[in-house]
Amino acid sequence: MSRIQSIFRPGYRVLIAYLTVGYPTLEKTIKSAVLLAKSGCDLIELGIPFSDPLADGATIQQASYQALKQGVTSQVCLEVAQEIKERIAKPLVFMGYYNPILNFGLEAFCRSANRAGVDGLIIPDLPPEEGGELESSMKKHGLDPIYLLSPNSSEERILLVTQRSRGFIYLVSLTGVTGARQNLPPGLESFVQRVRGKTELPLCVGFGIASPEQAGRVAGIADGVIIGSRLIQLIEEDNSLSSLEAFTRSLRETLDQCH
Amino acid sequence: MGENNRRLPNQRGYFGEFGGKFVPETLMPALGELEQEYLSACSDPAFERRFEQLCQQYVGRPTPMYPAEQLSAEMGGAVILLKREDLAHTGAHKINNALGQGLLAKRMGKTRIIAETGAGQHGVATATVCAMLSLQCIIYMGEDDIKRQSPNVLRMRLLGAEVRSVDSGSRTLKDAINEAIRDWVTNVETTYYLFGTVAGPHPYPMIVRDFQSVIGREAKTQIRTMYNRLPDYLVACVGGGSNAMGLFSPFYADKEVKFIGVEAAGAGLKSGQHAASLSAGRSGVLHGTRSYLLQDGNGQIVETHSIAPGLDYPGVGPEHSYYKDTGRASYVAVTDAEALDGFRLLCHTEGIIPALESAHAIYYGTRLAAGLSRDQLVVVNLSGRGDKDLDIVVKTMGMEI
Repeated sequence: MSRIQSIFRPGYRVLIAYLTVGYPTLEKTIKSAVLLAKSGCDLIELGIPFSDPLADGATIQQASYQALKQGVTSQVCLEVAQEIKERIAKPLVFMGYYNPILNFGLEAFCRSANRAGVDGLIIPDLPPEEGGELESSMKKHGLDPIYLLSPNSSEERILLVTQRSRGFIYLVSLTGVTGARQNLPPGLESFVQRVRGKTELPLCVGFGIASPEQAGRVAGIADGVIIGSRLIQLIEEDNSLSSLEAFTRSLRETLDQCH
Repeated sequence: MGENNRRLPNQRGYFGEFGGKFVPETLMPALGELEQEYLSACSDPAFERRFEQLCQQYVGRPTPMYPAEQLSAEMGGAVILLKREDLAHTGAHKINNALGQGLLAKRMGKTRIIAETGAGQHGVATATVCAMLSLQCIIYMGEDDIKRQSPNVLRMRLLGAEVRSVDSGSRTLKDAINEAIRDWVTNVETTYYLFGTVAGPHPYPMIVRDFQSVIGREAKTQIRTMYNRLPDYLVACVGGGSNAMGLFSPFYADKEVKFIGVEAAGAGLKSGQHAASLSAGRSGVLHGTRSYLLQDGNGQIVETHSIAPGLDYPGVGPEHSYYKDTGRASYVAVTDAEALDGFRLLCHTEGIIPALESAHAIYYGTRLAAGLSRDQLVVVNLSGRGDKDLDIVVKTMGMEI
């Protein structure tokens, strides 16, 4: 069992937080990650900024743009991961687009990620059809490939993704880009059930989740909840990070009432 | 449409090591459906007949193959022939692909069409076809391009399209594509993405090439009728590369015909301000495809520059990357200043105002012809007309109105 999979236990709902590395500063990313781990997050997703984040909404686009302006590279992200790893015991995954990783060298990147203490990779523009080469490097260096499914994925594609994923499967709650939204999509329950019937792997839902209420509804059907854009907004709104901490604690409380 | 080209891409959408489908999961089902529908349309004689009929009656095809005698005499070398795509309806080759994909969207029962545009030519072509086929049309265009190609923005609006300004990143074609993809991911059930060039995820490079290959098929027939032989050189500008691929691909097996793609060298290849992905880039992944790409040492896509908005793009179609690596085509780059020379030359010698994109091919094609003998034939694709560029040209040349 991988380190990622070991955080999933019967009756327990996992909380996953996303941060764009270097937004607003590297120091803030590290502080936020430590705080998130302390206030009830089980896994941290570190976003590697990319110039053309085509699966992201306005919040993460803007965060990536600012991070790049400050010179954040894949190498910097590896260093930040290592620094976070030295301070917290929770698993870490990278979320990033394919080109910067391809440019780094697939094998070299996986080796470095493993050394930095990273446990898996989520690449939103890399479907399993194109992921074979990266997967073999990941396997060699003990990283879990975490593929995504979306509500319009066919039965055939669900099978493909469940067979190729390790750690957990990332269910995109809606057809759309990342970003905080008022309401969850209506067909979410049946989507999660469709996937549940085909795999033993934990299922985590992300995209558009922005409140404890929404997280609670997701926790009723899935094994984990992924939150990103809303956290970035909270870091922007309150530099002291106390809003981030309060929000995370309330998420944790809501999830703990779900079993 | 393109049976003669079906050797490539392979089933996974690859031309050698280039191509593929690097997209979010949400788009994978849509790309699969698009490929199925396209292949079924290709084997439907009624679809092909309708496309050909509209090419003739609506677009005005075949476009002429014009022996540019004054221009050839001025250069004093090979015979220069212009494939007059500028005379197609809407003023550029872009209409060929917009028409084909518009018919495909209609066949798929889609009611909402989105597209990206750089120079505005693909946007105008898409808006035109949508008006004719009664489809809702939304065009994404970079804020900078909206400013420098304003006549085309007005044309799109007159045709009933909604033009959405994109103010992220470099505010040009690359960012318009990002935004169009985000729209498609969100509205994938109802929306057809009418992609404008031979780049993007499979099956777009194949579909766009096939619809544009009408250019090369006509050219082949025309040159054979006029000279009873094939041309020695085909020259076309390359941004994403659709007019070039449309001209080149029907000649693929005719090894004696040399292909030359002309990229935008902007302020010069060494200046860093250019858009010459094949001449100065490295293999990478952008907008769903693996191809040559202008990127920095960290794999971030760099901002490009060209006086021609339609060439101002950091990527290129994967089949061009394959042509480059296999040596089937060679790729050169022409600067802004040289393109303006080509622009002026064609205006003065032939009374034809070319698009700034096409002016890159004119410049290189004329210099090439000058060094060849008089019995050789150089076909230059005049991919569009220059009315849209008067603002840029007048400003750059310091003319007063």
